[in-house]
Amino acid sequence: MKLTTVQMAEFVASGVLCLEGVVPDAMNAAFLSRVQTPVGDEPLGLDAVYRRLFDAEVLPTLSPGVDFFEGFKGIEPLQSIFSLAAVQGAIHSLVGLKPKFDHHFLHLSLGKNPLSPKVRSRAAQHTHQDSTIDPRRAFDIQLFYFPQTVTATMGGTRYVPGSHLRVVSESAIARYQNVKGQQHVVCPAGSIYLFHMGIWHGAGLNRSETNRYLYKVRLAPSQPQVRLWDTKDLDCSGDNQRPIFWIDPKRSDPVAEAMMRLEPWYEGDTGRLELINRLKLWRYLTGSQDVDIDYWLTRVENDW
Amino acid sequence: MSARQNILVLYLSTSALDTQVIGWSRYNGAGDDFPMAGDSDEPPYRTGVDALRDGWRLIQASPLIATAPGAEFRTDYLKYEFLFEKWVDWPPISADSEDPS
Repeated sequence: MKLTTVQMAEFVASGVLCLEGVVPDAMNAAFLSRVQTPVGDEPLGLDAVYRRLFDAEVLPTLSPGVDFFEGFKGIEPLQSIFSLAAVQGAIHSLVGLKPKFDHHFLHLSLGKNPLSPKVRSRAAQHTHQDSTIDPRRAFDIQLFYFPQTVTATMGGTRYVPGSHLRVVSESAIARYQNVKGQQHVVCPAGSIYLFHMGIWHGAGLNRSETNRYLYKVRLAPSQPQVRLWDTKDLDCSGDNQRPIFWIDPKRSDPVAEAMMRLEPWYEGDTGRLELINRLKLWRYLTGSQDVDIDYWLTRVENDW
Repeated sequence: MSARQNILVLYLSTSALDTQVIGWSRYNGAGDDFPMAGDSDEPPYRTGVDALRDGWRLIQASPLIATAPGAEFRTDYLKYEFLFEKWVDWPPISADSEDPS
């Protein structure tokens, strides 16, 4: 079940795609059982909990660069989760049939334990971009799997839609506490979020009494990410762009609307640059060097 | 009695102080309030001028810098950052501590 062109356009614009509740309950229960058993109910600090998780080998140890789907063969329930039609289709659409595994991790945010209220985190994680400065046009994705229901008080991941094309240096953006339009993951059990590697994000503060688990895996393409989705509805003809400024209110173009949707935090001038950078990414993904929307690229390329 | 500094950082939609707040951060040198990432989804002020009118003193504003040749379309950090301060008495003066005479 590959992504549609509109879904791809929405991913290019926002840097995120949500598959809400896509993982069946039985798989969620199997995953939670695997990771919760070593943690137990004792009021342990995070370091002690992670020692138990590593000792129990709750996740496989895989080398970066191995074939992603090969790496998880026989590893349940993760193999089954990655084989779900919607999950596999989204991965194939974004990073191809044979993506490479980069790394994975089980993020645990301790809830308030009535027996020892001091062991939980006292602050939300600073806003950051993962890895390091990465000006590539090609992109990795980060798959966030939430095996349990995440409520607002559990401090689900905070992220800033449309931030993924900003080239910044990891935690250099820690000063940014709040950005207009930021989102907090609140979702049913079994939800999977697929993020562009550049998305600005951070873990929220868990104010509940429930430990929050997030499994995160990073995947890289091993091929050009050109037309990997279901492209039967893709139209790259550049000779029929929608009118701009004096618009045609009767005309509907879902791809253009998704691609040109501004985020509430964009500055007046750099918001336009974001549109241009989305279009450059769209040209890469479509393999069409002439494709444009609202004349943004054509105008500045008209040099004689 | 001494004074302590509270800091407000506002990110605006343009270089003009009377334009919309699009990002915000607070750091308190006094009080029991410890602001943190993601603690509010609505800005504390609509514009930078609104902060001035509430007693915040502007101490720094981002300069306007021309884009480097070849990097005209690159986007990175929030562009229009304004740092404000407020000095507050510490410990705070309470009504009970004032001389009744």
